[in-house]
Amino acid sequence: MLKIGNQTFESRFLLGTGKFPDFKIQKQAVEVSKANILTFALRRMNVFQPDQPNFLEMLDVDKYTLLPNTAGASTAEEAIRTAHLAKASGLCDMVKVEIIGDSRTLLPDPIETYKACEVLLEEGFILLPYISDDLVLAKRLEALGVHAVMPGVSPIGSGQGILNPTQLQLIIETINIPVIVDAGIGSPADAALAMSLGADGVLLNTAVSGAKDPVKMANAMRLAIQAGRLGYEAGRIDKREYAVPSSPVEGLSVSE
Amino acid sequence: MNVTINGQDVQLPEHVRTISGIRKHFNIEQALTIIEQNKKIVDKNRYDSQPISDGDRIEIVHFVGGG
Repeated sequence: MLKIGNQTFESRFLLGTGKFPDFKIQKQAVEVSKANILTFALRRMNVFQPDQPNFLEMLDVDKYTLLPNTAGASTAEEAIRTAHLAKASGLCDMVKVEIIGDSRTLLPDPIETYKACEVLLEEGFILLPYISDDLVLAKRLEALGVHAVMPGVSPIGSGQGILNPTQLQLIIETINIPVIVDAGIGSPADAALAMSLGADGVLLNTAVSGAKDPVKMANAMRLAIQAGRLGYEAGRIDKREYAVPSSPVEGLSVSE
Repeated sequence: MNVTINGQDVQLPEHVRTISGIRKHFNIEQALTIIEQNKKIVDKNRYDSQPISDGDRIEIVHFVGGG
């Protein structure tokens, strides 16, 4: 069970809802993923073409916890405004604080993120800030009172996987609130590795929505996240420099 | 009445006088929207009574797919 704030979730797989080829595939992928938490963005509505379908309106929103992001924000002020708008929907009190500090890498701005969290926590939001794999920032945000940290493991949408597992592991070992790997996961192997290192959850989007078969990939990711978690709980063996035989060395039958 | 909606200048018919009126006018009453009027979020329960004035800047946002 994943516990964020005072809510618990069966699934450790958080799924983004952007860039799916069509709503039918997206709906199937969401179902197959068995994710409890879905992320969304807030954007202007095209009121001049109101008939455009909207994915959220096709979902049974009572079945999911919505995690709106503040994507598009580059300052604390913009992120705070988006968080207020999201909360005014009456559908959520959780927010993924995402404040981009560099447009080419989409890496988060740590200072603006901290500032936004400071304000939004005062207002009672449940906060999951998207951060770089920065241990000290994670510690500072934990001390501030955020409800989870979401370190990226490589740039958003890059699918490069976990570029620095050591750094991720340091965060996992040090931080007592949930650590949810967000951004950079490309393959089920990446997701399994994140979980087997002890991450509390994985949030991904492009790795599923951009896959050749998003529904199959949603299933693969679900299984990988489960397998990684089980492996973490089971406790892996230590790595050794040399071989250790798996078969007994005594009692070998040798022909003279 | 002239207002700005999502950055575009819009001329509204005379009978549109409230936030609810705008929702009806654009046929988005069923849609899940969040509305800001002059940078202040309008409480959903006040859509019917919230008057609009000439020159208002209205933002109508909704949830879209995102990661």
